[in-house]
Amino acid sequence: MRSRGGRDWNAASFGQKLAAFAGLAFLHIPVWVIVLYAFTTEDRTYQFPPPGLTLRWFAVAFAREDIWAALRLSLSVASVATAMAILLGTLAAFALAHSRFRGREAITLLFVLPIALPGIITGIALLSAFKLGGIQPGFWTIVTGHATFCIVIVHNNVIARLRRLPQSWVEASMDLGADGVQTFRYVILPQIATALLAGGMLAFALSFDEIIVTLFTAGHEQTLPIWFFNELFRPRERPITNVVAVSVVLITMVPILLAYRLTRPREFESK
Amino acid sequence: MRAIAKFLYGRRGFYLALLLLPPLLWLGTVYLGSLLALLMQSFYAIDEFTARIVPKLTLATYRQLVSHPANVDIILRTLGMAAAVTVMAAVVAFPIANYMARHASPRMKAVFYVGVMLPMWTSYLVKVYAWRLVLAKQGILFWFVDQLGLTPALDAALTTPVIGGPSLASSYLGMFIVFVYMWLPFMILPLTAALERVPQSLLQASADLGARPGQTFRNVVLPLALPGLAAGSVFTFSLTLGDYIIPSVVGAPGYFIGMMVYQQQGTVGNLPLAAAFSVVPIILIAIYLSLAKRLGAFDAL
Amino acid sequence: MTPAIELAGVSRLFGAVRALDEVSLAVAPGEFFALLGPSGSGKTTCLRLIAGFDRPTHGNVMLDGENVTNIPPFDRSVNTVFQDYALFPHMSVAENVAYGPKVRGVSETERQRLALEVLELVRLAALADRSPAQLSGGQKQRVALARSLINKPKVLLLDEPLGALDLRLREEMQIELKAIQQQVGITFVYVTHDQGEALSMADRVAVFREGRMEQLDSPRALYERPRTAFVARFVGSANVVEGELARSITGAPRAFAIRAEAIEVLATGAPVPDGALCCEGVLEDLHYHGATSRWHVRTDAGPAIAAVRSEGLPTAATARGSRVRLAWSRESIVLLTDT
Repeated sequence: MRSRGGRDWNAASFGQKLAAFAGLAFLHIPVWVIVLYAFTTEDRTYQFPPPGLTLRWFAVAFAREDIWAALRLSLSVASVATAMAILLGTLAAFALAHSRFRGREAITLLFVLPIALPGIITGIALLSAFKLGGIQPGFWTIVTGHATFCIVIVHNNVIARLRRLPQSWVEASMDLGADGVQTFRYVILPQIATALLAGGMLAFALSFDEIIVTLFTAGHEQTLPIWFFNELFRPRERPITNVVAVSVVLITMVPILLAYRLTRPREFESK
Repeated sequence: MRAIAKFLYGRRGFYLALLLLPPLLWLGTVYLGSLLALLMQSFYAIDEFTARIVPKLTLATYRQLVSHPANVDIILRTLGMAAAVTVMAAVVAFPIANYMARHASPRMKAVFYVGVMLPMWTSYLVKVYAWRLVLAKQGILFWFVDQLGLTPALDAALTTPVIGGPSLASSYLGMFIVFVYMWLPFMILPLTAALERVPQSLLQASADLGARPGQTFRNVVLPLALPGLAAGSVFTFSLTLGDYIIPSVVGAPGYFIGMMVYQQQGTVGNLPLAAAFSVVPIILIAIYLSLAKRLGAFDAL
Repeated sequence: MTPAIELAGVSRLFGAVRALDEVSLAVAPGEFFALLGPSGSGKTTCLRLIAGFDRPTHGNVMLDGENVTNIPPFDRSVNTVFQDYALFPHMSVAENVAYGPKVRGVSETERQRLALEVLELVRLAALADRSPAQLSGGQKQRVALARSLINKPKVLLLDEPLGALDLRLREEMQIELKAIQQQVGITFVYVTHDQGEALSMADRVAVFREGRMEQLDSPRALYERPRTAFVARFVGSANVVEGELARSITGAPRAFAIRAEAIEVLATGAPVPDGALCCEGVLEDLHYHGATSRWHVRTDAGPAIAAVRSEGLPTAATARGSRVRLAWSRESIVLLTDT
């Protein structure tokens, strides 16, 4: 389809290509820097290039109970928040996918608002409410914040898939004798399962990594990001921070890549 | 089950309400309720002697917000940074989005897509931390600049008033680089989506009618990419306005709105002032959104 | 005999739009019944009300004497062949066909047997294990048909089932559908905007226009005795003559229809048989169609009239712009009730 005419601005010039690849490299360099620094033998400064490489810091980090505790808390918060987001986000997607009614726009806006506004607003707003209501911060206040902005992630994934499902499939199923539950189980669920899973994984990754809202809603609990945030101002344990950074990158990469694979358009969808 | 399905038949409104009730209840009470609580807190004030919040509606906190020149400075500084970051993100994102949308082979496109998505979803804190490593005094960027023999140029940049500082890691220039880096994917993705929707035939038609490449770009591509640009800028603008981690990690001395919110509610314990401060980005974003809406940003979201 | 389907004063309003306006009709068991009309005429709305995908704003839908207005689609003995086939992409052909028995709780082996039996009927048993994505349009069409027939419904609804097929395949499928209908003896309700399809296949045709039923008749009666100007034009492509032109020809202002092939084209001033009706005008256009040619004549009174002739004419008259005389017998006109 690409035109090769010399007059076509569209033929990628070398400069355009270079800018694109340079931009991509710019996005990736810091991630690789982190990987490199996890192995450095230098433990006080950010010296580059590293004077030597070692695996020692991994062993030190893995022996730290406070890191494991933070990781456990982060995983359980993300699990509960994701479960809630899947339930509420899917319900909303089903209600909004094919219906038109007065106030629909306002409802959609309400779902998007928690990620459209900066996280700090959600954080300080929840904190204000907890203070007014006399609620002590803890596990559930963290989950409340996370679930609120995760709903839209699941909702967006599921509604995009539902909108691509022809209405006639549901009608055909009902027409052939299936009631609502059977239609959901045999026709809709197989079609949206991957979108549901992908939405769930993105929500999980988002929750696992969240810091901006969490700093407002957490009490004395330390999620992994909070632990990490505190380390940033306590430079004595820099090598351990490096190791945790690499581990976090690797852990979050798994659900993201899976979510990508699951939502890639496949043949049968392109009717 | 059949009985329920039968009951719901023809009661579509009831069925929709049943589905919508739980999520609406959650967001309506938890989220909207919290926003209301935030608004309410901003109309409270702190008693200067007891340092306790007085639960009486007053405009005193807002008066404090706008009457202190330092506070106005903070707002202007944040706004300036958000605007600069948005412009720069658009400039850097455009070649990438353009290459992804029009030139890349399907394979290359997938590579770029994952290549943009992975850093975007990589832990926010880890990325901030990584930039601290990169920008540090003995860090990787200084090493590279030194290898290239460009140290005088960097020193010149760092001695420039306003953007400079003792090192990149403690200058507005460094903070600016980190902000652009962090929100760049949020600009690339909507921009790519918008550019993908520009039909090839339009470009051919334009060339056919005698437009030179630059003219086609200005008169056809740019107007059609504008919604994507607007959508991306909503993200970069809004995210910069609200961030408080980056300015405190890669820091220059001046305060930003987000830092004020965090500090006022935390160490200072002045929740009303924090709430009032956080109303500022909401207003700024509302203004920005209404502008972006006119450019059709929401068709590209 | 109880009608297979009966619509009693059925209306469907979408806001202020009357998609269906006070429609009453009855379909006899075993009948091949067509709903014909241009898009937006209400024929598909009518079908969706019978299937139960939608509910009437007023009026009742009866199936086999039973009022099903408030019965959901899965409890109606009606099945639908969709315009886009609506085959489930994650199921094989056989699984698609066996879906009805499956949700009704029929055992695995029994429903496999049933599925093969129906696939046999549409001559697709060999493709049972394929996925729908691997089928051609015509094959998808047959799978959709088999999937609906397996439930042995009292009524089969077909929504423009041949709309997506090319001309040759469409003609083949018309014959096959008719044959299958006679073989299984199920009432067919067939929605189409193609009057040729409706006339050639259906026992009776209901013509829809803007939500109302204009005429319900046999194909022959519709063609030969249209009651309204719309039916005359839409079904028979007939000339509708009204107003001043009608008065100048018949002496009365009442509108009438005259089919193009009943009109003779003569040279001006040529003698006309006794009792024939005639008018004169200018030949505007002439379309050659092989076996016939179509003449467009602008009458002196204003409106144009089309004539279809199989034989030639004195060459002098075939030039565009030349004057001609049109004539037809008094018996060949159909007086219309309204215009």
